[in-house]
Amino acid sequence: MIEVARGGSFLRMMAILQRQAFLYRRTFHRWLDLFYWPLVDLVLFGFIQLYIQRVSHVAAFFLGAVILWDLLFRSQQAVSVGFLEDVWSRNVLNVWASPIRPAEYIGGTIISGVIRVVVGSTFAVLIASTFYHFNLMTVGVALAPLVIGLAAMGWALGIFATAVMLRFGEGAEPLAWALAFVFQPISAVFYPVSVLPGPLQPVARAVPASHAFAGLRTVLNGGGFPGRAIAITFLLDVIYLFVCSMFFAWMLRQVRSRGLLSRFGE
Amino acid sequence: MGNCTRALGYDERMTTTVLDVRNLTKRFGDVIAVDDVSFEIGGGEMVGLVGQNGAGKSTTIHMVLGLTTPSSGSITILGRDPHHDRSALQQVNFSAAYTSLPQTLSVEENLIVFARLYGLRKPRRRVHEVLELLGVPHFAPMRTRSLSSGQATLVHIAKALLNKPRLLLLDEPTASLDPDAADRTRGVLRRVSIDEGFTTLITSHNMREVEEMCHRIIFIHRGRVVATGSPAEVTAAYGSPDLESAFLRVTRGEP
Repeated sequence: MIEVARGGSFLRMMAILQRQAFLYRRTFHRWLDLFYWPLVDLVLFGFIQLYIQRVSHVAAFFLGAVILWDLLFRSQQAVSVGFLEDVWSRNVLNVWASPIRPAEYIGGTIISGVIRVVVGSTFAVLIASTFYHFNLMTVGVALAPLVIGLAAMGWALGIFATAVMLRFGEGAEPLAWALAFVFQPISAVFYPVSVLPGPLQPVARAVPASHAFAGLRTVLNGGGFPGRAIAITFLLDVIYLFVCSMFFAWMLRQVRSRGLLSRFGE
Repeated sequence: MGNCTRALGYDERMTTTVLDVRNLTKRFGDVIAVDDVSFEIGGGEMVGLVGQNGAGKSTTIHMVLGLTTPSSGSITILGRDPHHDRSALQQVNFSAAYTSLPQTLSVEENLIVFARLYGLRKPRRRVHEVLELLGVPHFAPMRTRSLSSGQATLVHIAKALLNKPRLLLLDEPTASLDPDAADRTRGVLRRVSIDEGFTTLITSHNMREVEEMCHRIIFIHRGRVVATGSPAEVTAAYGSPDLESAFLRVTRGEP
């Protein structure tokens, strides 16, 4: 009988993380992806900010919003594209026939996503500070809960996108890349919810990110710690994570019942 | 038991039931893919699950692996149901011609990831042990994408041996291999199954391969088990000169 280590659940999540580490070691384009898009966003919005600064005092908010939106988007991508990696390499059956539980698989993709986000966001913060004199750290103690609140929404969307891809296969791949952008207009990233048309405002208020970005604006406008906005963000995050996890579990039952996992070996 | 059974070193190990499948049925809408299938496999046995395309072989294997939920019936692996207790899968591994591994990683990296998925202590050491066992330690640093089909098959088998599974499921392991590579693969499988005492369920369309390797076969046709026994017994039951002829008689509905 072979020796099995203790903490199997943690080890299985670490296996998913280690695979991502190996992939980064092997493929240059992943590093480009990690740094290139935050750089493009910052260059683009940095120049927009420089222009707007001449006519408005709210300009400083733009770069903060760009960095934090990128964080949400990448958190979503880490989960859903993590699954796509297995689809592309026809490895889904190998992984899902192992003892790994679905929650461990998702947990592993989230942990690897956290590391990617930390690296990518640190890079973006340094660029913003060096070239545009915008220091995200001025957000202070509110930064950590805002970051966690936005990342958690990204994880929830990633779980949802993965569930849809499990059920509908590679045809649903665009969701893996673009689901966060479906939410962007109602996430009040660059403008307050009050700017939206009346019927859209309650919808926007049901999105965790809209409260997190409202909190960011509050801090950058000198309004102090946005405790209420952060509390609502977390509450909505918990609901989103719960609903998306239930949806994932339901989709997985459907997929197993219909024998659709076999499709990923074709 | 037939001669091939003795040649494989078949012994009293089979007194332990490793896989027990009872009245297994799988319906996809109106289609019955697997129809009331029952069989059990004892420790150390190598059993062939044979039948034409769409007979229900892969569906059966996927149900054993917990990938597809049965409509009814039960599966137990060493007494545990993989559909309710995923730790049962700790005792199982799987290799199929239709799966692959991330191509950008090296063989060693891919195998380390799977060693961790199976919760092994010292994964790197085990990876090298398995590659040694298969006689291919030089594969370790190779990129997976650079492997030939035969080499890739051996790496998939290495993946399947990492956790020293009590039950090894091989779904068409030599499909798409040239005769030389297929023969080498069979040689490796025979050797490791004797050395390590693996219990193996193997599907194949190559009847010569099944005759050569398996102690026992389960013949499945349109989802139902139509014959079971040693290759010699099944061949004799159909009054055929060999297993391939018996296969053709069953699938073509000839008396």
